[in-house]
Amino acid sequence: MEPFQKTIHEVSADLKSKKISSVELTKNVMDHLEKVEPKVQSFITVTRDEALRQAAEADKRLASGSATVLTGIPLGIKDLLCTKGVRTTCGSKMLENFMPPYNATVVERLNAAGSIMVGKTNMDEYAMGSSTETSAYQKTKNPWNLACVPGGSSGGSAACVSADQAFASLGSDTGGSIRQPAALCGIVGLKPTYGRVSRYGLIAFASSLDQIGPFSKDVEDCAIMMGAIAGHDPKDSTSADVPVPDYVAEMKKSAKGLKIGIPKEFFPDGLNKEVSEAVKKAIEELKKLGAEIHEVSLPASPYGLAAYYVLAPSEASSNLARYDGVRYGLRVPGENIVEMYSKTRAAGFGPEVKRRIMLGTYALSSGYYDAYYLKALKVRRLIKQDYDKAFEKVDVIATPTAPNPAFRFGEKTGDPLAMYLEDVFTVSINITGMPGLSVPCGLSKSGLPIGLQLIGKPFDEATLLRTAYAYEQATDWHKQKPSLREG
Amino acid sequence: MALSEKDVQYVAKLARLEVTNEEVAKYTQQLANILQYVEQLNQLDTSNVEPLTHPLDMKNVFREDVVVPSLTQQEVLSNAPEPQSGHFKVPKIM
Repeated sequence: MEPFQKTIHEVSADLKSKKISSVELTKNVMDHLEKVEPKVQSFITVTRDEALRQAAEADKRLASGSATVLTGIPLGIKDLLCTKGVRTTCGSKMLENFMPPYNATVVERLNAAGSIMVGKTNMDEYAMGSSTETSAYQKTKNPWNLACVPGGSSGGSAACVSADQAFASLGSDTGGSIRQPAALCGIVGLKPTYGRVSRYGLIAFASSLDQIGPFSKDVEDCAIMMGAIAGHDPKDSTSADVPVPDYVAEMKKSAKGLKIGIPKEFFPDGLNKEVSEAVKKAIEELKKLGAEIHEVSLPASPYGLAAYYVLAPSEASSNLARYDGVRYGLRVPGENIVEMYSKTRAAGFGPEVKRRIMLGTYALSSGYYDAYYLKALKVRRLIKQDYDKAFEKVDVIATPTAPNPAFRFGEKTGDPLAMYLEDVFTVSINITGMPGLSVPCGLSKSGLPIGLQLIGKPFDEATLLRTAYAYEQATDWHKQKPSLREG
Repeated sequence: MALSEKDVQYVAKLARLEVTNEEVAKYTQQLANILQYVEQLNQLDTSNVEPLTHPLDMKNVFREDVVVPSLTQQEVLSNAPEPQSGHFKVPKIM
């Protein structure tokens, strides 16, 4: 087995026992990354020199005995997390030459743990999309079938871990952008509770929904990554001051006695049969492991997608008003300031971003605010009440992550609504702020991964990791590797 | 509430987005489809429901009013498209 194929917990032991140095490991990963990158195209920017510099530092730290479990571990970072002196594009031409003068808090935390950044991963422009096809730079391929999308918006972060180009990565999730690509690429992805991980230095899409989280090859690595990035940050006023448990220790508790709720609303008639069967089988497996299965009802949740496509564009239209060609980013000259704004924004934003800005501007405009934005906020409360009620009875809710396995390039780009329906099972968790994790639970007949979504109570990521770990230990989906071929 | 091309032109103006006639035609149709989908929210009775702006309970956060190090003027201007004498230069406003 090549070092790059291992998990963080395996390779971290190798680093500590001096079986391999961080410089050797980083070279091994970078060589593989560069070899498969023409096929997969996970990265907008590859930072080989900086990675090797960090690896040399990590080796000093490993020798001094002050290493953490992440010291010397190569990771990918989504290109909307600010990295000091390393170009951060957000998948947009608007920020093609943007060099952040500071690091996002999550990047600072990973640096403090001694991990290594191999590059900045591709994404849908401003995280708006479910296939990474709206990126202004390139199309990232699904490592399981290069003719298919990796999901989105964090498609590059998912594909790079699936293709062993990094041991883990960071992404962001506003409506499913970690969980859906994790499901489509056959890896683990966690959207933490809103407020659990600092958003300082995250380029904002929809501020009441955005959350940063990890992608990893298995559940233990997800727990390790969460331990490094979770916790209060005074620089983010929405960051929660809630104690962070030892996720790895919590994860290892058995699933016996856990109460798992199954909402019938997430298994509608017409749901893809392969997805439905794989998820139902996973629930049976959890039952065998000692979990109690209960039916729960979330009657307002089918309205989550409609509410989301009012709330998220509304917040985006406000957040993206800052791209005006004045302080940073693209500028297209104009006769006066309004012309400069309008030409800059027309040239810098792609079609999906423009669509959402206009949708949000419309929903917030005079005469339509009550009918759209206020209505969606009221529905948001109804959805939250359903989940709160269900969580009085159960510890975890289990559903499919995505309605289908990976689809082909161009299949949904002509019809925005068809693309939005990809998020149907993931958005309500952003609306309610609860944590959600996707763990591999099967392969379709054509060999494409399927994900099981586990939803938890606020700040109870530990129970999600525990449930997912028990399931993973009893199955071997996480050991399957993609072909890196077209099918 | 049918969406017209005039509505799209108005919204594009509010959002400071220059749009072509072809774009207006395309966005009118696409946004109308999305808004039609969103109409399903009206199936839910929300007459006695308070809006929820934030997923979790949020309180105002205060900090001590003390001076801490921040970015330098040079760093702040480092990404400016047209910096001049320590300022951001813009075209004429009036």
